[in-house]
Amino acid sequence: MNKRELEIKVPVLARVEGEGSLELLIEGEELREAKLSIFEPPRLFEKFLEGRHYTEVPDLVARICGICPVAYQMSAVHALEGLFDTRISEWIRAMRRVYYCGEWIESHALHIHLLALPDFLGYQSAPEMAKDHPLAVKRGLRIQALGNDLIKLFGGRSVNPVGAEVGGFSGAPTKKEVNTLYSRLDQCIDESAELLEWLLTFSLPESNQDFPGVSLRHEYEYPMNEGRLASSDGLNIPVDAFENHFVERQVPHSTAFQCYRDDKAYLVGPLARCVLNSQHLNKQVKTILDAAKLKLNVGNSYHSLIARAMEILHAASEAKDLLRNYVKPNTTREKIITKAGVAIAATEAPRGTLWHRYEIDADGLVCKARIVPPTSQNQARIEADLRHALTTLGLYRPEEELRFQAEQIIRNYDPCISCATHFLDLRVNRQ
Amino acid sequence: MKPRLAVHKFTSCDGCQLAILNMGEELLTLADLVDIVHFAEAGPVEPEAQVDIAIVEGSVSTPDELERIKRVRENSNCLITIGACATTGGIQALRNHQDSSQWVSDIYPQAQFIQSLNTSTAIREHVRVDFELWGCPVNSRQVKAMLRSLLFGVSPIDEKSSLCLECKRQQNPCVVVTKQEPCMGPLTRTGCGALCPHFGKACFACYGPSETVNSHSLVKRYQGFGVSKEDMIRRFNHIQNNAAAYKESVINIARNFDE
Repeated sequence: MNKRELEIKVPVLARVEGEGSLELLIEGEELREAKLSIFEPPRLFEKFLEGRHYTEVPDLVARICGICPVAYQMSAVHALEGLFDTRISEWIRAMRRVYYCGEWIESHALHIHLLALPDFLGYQSAPEMAKDHPLAVKRGLRIQALGNDLIKLFGGRSVNPVGAEVGGFSGAPTKKEVNTLYSRLDQCIDESAELLEWLLTFSLPESNQDFPGVSLRHEYEYPMNEGRLASSDGLNIPVDAFENHFVERQVPHSTAFQCYRDDKAYLVGPLARCVLNSQHLNKQVKTILDAAKLKLNVGNSYHSLIARAMEILHAASEAKDLLRNYVKPNTTREKIITKAGVAIAATEAPRGTLWHRYEIDADGLVCKARIVPPTSQNQARIEADLRHALTTLGLYRPEEELRFQAEQIIRNYDPCISCATHFLDLRVNRQ
Repeated sequence: MKPRLAVHKFTSCDGCQLAILNMGEELLTLADLVDIVHFAEAGPVEPEAQVDIAIVEGSVSTPDELERIKRVRENSNCLITIGACATTGGIQALRNHQDSSQWVSDIYPQAQFIQSLNTSTAIREHVRVDFELWGCPVNSRQVKAMLRSLLFGVSPIDEKSSLCLECKRQQNPCVVVTKQEPCMGPLTRTGCGALCPHFGKACFACYGPSETVNSHSLVKRYQGFGVSKEDMIRRFNHIQNNAAAYKESVINIARNFDE
């Protein structure tokens, strides 16, 4: 056997959110280990939530992740409202979907244009790519901006927005503010459709791995804030039974936990959502996908690029429907009557299912908090995908090629490493 | 030659970097004005590069970060911190008041694998900082104004007046006067655009202390509204808990609230 031992340490994982590294142990023709390490410093959120009043929770948890604060706020408010038996109005329910649509659009557009596309088109960064593809990049930035502006309608700003409260919203935009944004939605829908059609012309690598996708599923709508947890291999449970089926494990090489479902790695996120909830996707999305004759496959992580564009178009269309007859209501939040107990909810963050659990005392203070973010759920799956992809590529290949392939695979999952955990050191040990 | 820019991340939520990534087409203009040599989230990775301007997001909370911030300082002509984490230690500085090794072992079954300091601290506590942008998060307007000033060769303007001034200019009904809400606006620096009072919500001081913090008088007033001591302490012990003026306020409330 070739006893050459080689270790390279190169800062790699650019264009992800957070800090990580990848270590490969290659023995001859065999990949012995592929360890994705997340060394995003722990911020200990679950501990300093203890002792805080429930009203502070949405503004505190928003700060776990700058890219998906809406998701953190939504899982928190739904958990707490569930415990307090709060019935929210149809207006609040609908506007929370608009708010969430904004985050999906913003986060997916950022990922596609600034993080993923440079890989597919062979550039180091989006500004570099913009020199050759100015129209596509500018279109992407416009879509991203519209997503941010939808969040701002209800939250004042798109990073750590301020309007979400347990019981509803602090305030509501005026009809005039909504109309100004509404008039931009048609263009956004057209451009999102162009984006999806364009991405569908890419020749995506083939891959067909066998593992389940998990997401919320709702009887009559595309899942965001409500639903049961479902999987592509038959799971169908209420979200408060999550802990009976899903276990987080700590691995020595990472500050993020790895989450397994009944001992299996699984996928959460846009691709899992699209596959599990295709019947509720907007018609235009389905028409475009059918015309391209692509069958989405949970087992091919490259399809997540398409799934993100599908969800952008879906979310822009839904936001338009929900804002069509907008009226500013007299009251934007429900009255809360607190009680002690356990509060649990899951919502669909841009990157996948985000599960929260709080124990609340009689004074409305948090005694205990547990948060399971999408990236920790995807981590085991990413490692398995890496093993598969690198072996298929050929382990004898030069480091540069292995590294590029590994990065691309990791980016397919859009790991938001700041919630679990930014840049990747690749170490290849050949023996 | 164009000025060289690096964006470094320390312990943070990545949200302040979005003030750059959310600029829209102006992001492309920025890439024309400066040479972005290191900005991992946007693509270029060259952490050890010599630069004219280094933007630092995040606090120092790990042994590695203690070393890394020194190298960033050595490699940079001008070092700017953005956001609450880099400027005061961030929300995660709440651990500084606790036995945080216990916190680590409460969360992680195998705490020995977690490399983390007992404190989360501001960049200024470790190296010289040339300018600080406050806010949780900072916004694109602040970052653009700061970069433009530097490109013109002048010092950026430190916006440190109280939020009330901005709030009055917007003609928002005062939430203290109209709703008896314990708003932190009088003690909070401007910059956000008075977002919370615009929605009728009390400011929660995410931009940190304004130039003059008279917490004694304000706390007395809010005491009159029936706000409890614990509630009042939590309002200072929040996102900017490690800012000196707020830390001092907490000590004073703990001592004098009942008088």
